Amino acid sequence: MDTQLSIIPRDQDEIERIDVRSEHRMTNLRHGKKMEPLKKDRDKPGKTVGEPFVEYPRMTCRDVDVYYGDKQAIRNVSVDIAGNQVISMIGPSGCGKSTFLRCLNRMNDTIEGCRVAGEITLDGMNIYDKHVDVVPLRAQVGMVFQKPNPFPKSIYDNVAYGPKIHGLSRNRLELDEIVESSLKKAGLWEEVKDQLNQPGTSLSGGQQQRLCIARAIAVGPEVILMDEPCSALDPIATGRIEDLIHELRRQFSIVIVTHSMQQAARVSQRTAYFHLGDLIEVGQTDQVFTSPRHRLTQDYITGRIG
Amino acid sequence: MAKHFDRELEKLKKKILSLGALVEERVYLAIKAIENRDPDLAKRIIRSDHEIDETEVEVEEECLKILALYQPVAVDLRFIVAVIKINNDLERIGDEAVNIAERIQSIAKRSTFSFHFDYTEMAEIAAAMLKQSLDALVNLDIDTAFRVITMDDEVDDIQRNAYSQIKQAMREHPEEMTYLINLYLISRHLERVADHATNIAEEVVYLIEGEIVRHEDFNS
Repeated sequence: MDTQLSIIPRDQDEIERIDVRSEHRMTNLRHGKKMEPLKKDRDKPGKTVGEPFVEYPRMTCRDVDVYYGDKQAIRNVSVDIAGNQVISMIGPSGCGKSTFLRCLNRMNDTIEGCRVAGEITLDGMNIYDKHVDVVPLRAQVGMVFQKPNPFPKSIYDNVAYGPKIHGLSRNRLELDEIVESSLKKAGLWEEVKDQLNQPGTSLSGGQQQRLCIARAIAVGPEVILMDEPCSALDPIATGRIEDLIHELRRQFSIVIVTHSMQQAARVSQRTAYFHLGDLIEVGQTDQVFTSPRHRLTQDYITGRIG
Repeated sequence: MAKHFDRELEKLKKKILSLGALVEERVYLAIKAIENRDPDLAKRIIRSDHEIDETEVEVEEECLKILALYQPVAVDLRFIVAVIKINNDLERIGDEAVNIAERIQSIAKRSTFSFHFDYTEMAEIAAAMLKQSLDALVNLDIDTAFRVITMDDEVDDIQRNAYSQIKQAMREHPEEMTYLINLYLISRHLERVADHATNIAEEVVYLIEGEIVRHEDFNS
């Protein structure tokens, strides 16, 4: 292609227009890297495509395998969880996203026959090391579940319980402060400050879920895991939780499993797509939802998997 | 849901292609009008432009509906965005056909002056670009799309040529300025047709290349 511009006298506008157009087009389109032919084996699960690793990870996962008895639920997953960021895990039911989430604070330890191999670190420490005590680990990596599950206690005690057993406060005054600041961070304080002695279960579903988030925050976690935190909530309560996730990201790393792709698109900066136990693709959320790299990711997010 | 959605996409594709066919026909008529300096044909082009405008509105409404109801992502989203943009380009090509028709009407009144610039080649290339850009859309054919993009330079060359020749004619016959300006503007309109066809081709490239997987060594 001849990109040489033969300039004969004509108006300046025209010169500029042609100049910009042909240069831009030819370099960007014709010789662009994007023009590589499609690889034939792109549809085969295997090594994760995209950017599973980040420069400053809060948690790192390497070659993680999870078995339920003989059955392998997660195959060879390697991914980083970045600090002050939301990463969403999406994929069809049974793809292993919740299983993987539970590996991050060793909740799978409670499931009989479940075995985790590979390495998962939190700030450089292997959380599966035999010297690690899971109780403080689960305070550092907190969890919020699908259905709000407040303790059958007062609102105050729901939040105060964790700090108490972890010995985070020396006296009642400090405990009061932790409860207040946690409820504030969870965006619930204004609604409940006059009824802290009421049972947590007396709140609405959305409020209960924020109470559970306050409870997780109260023990000073670094990472918060959320397993479909909005699937039992209406759109308004969902919106409040999503706003809250945006706020919380300033202070915590958040990993969210969600069935709602729109939610993943709205709340997360990175998205990971799981398929039948493989981590297929990890990338910036906007990239994954506009130009996914992998065919399987595309089929899932466009509703064509099956 | 996916099936229903696919039907909607198919419907949209048909609609944008029928708009494409409509616009192509207008361009052919405009070229014929240039060849024969036919003011009646020009009138027909001008009068029928509303059909293109109406179809454009329909396509746009269809796109908005799909965006609102289905929230498409990935290739579907890129397709909708490409259609919105191609829709706009097609409508503008229709306008260029009208512009050419208007030039022909005023030129035809002054047919006594003998200076002439032969637009046959330019018109042929511009029309071929439009046709091929639509073919590229139908077949999602990136090679055809690139061919269209490279063809644009030929059109630009001819326009440059028209510019210098007509400028010369203006110097020699300043009394025929109106005629010569109209004659020159035809080249401008044809060049715009080619530009819009190029835009369409570029949209097709965008639509396709987003899908391309960029990773090495995918075997584990």
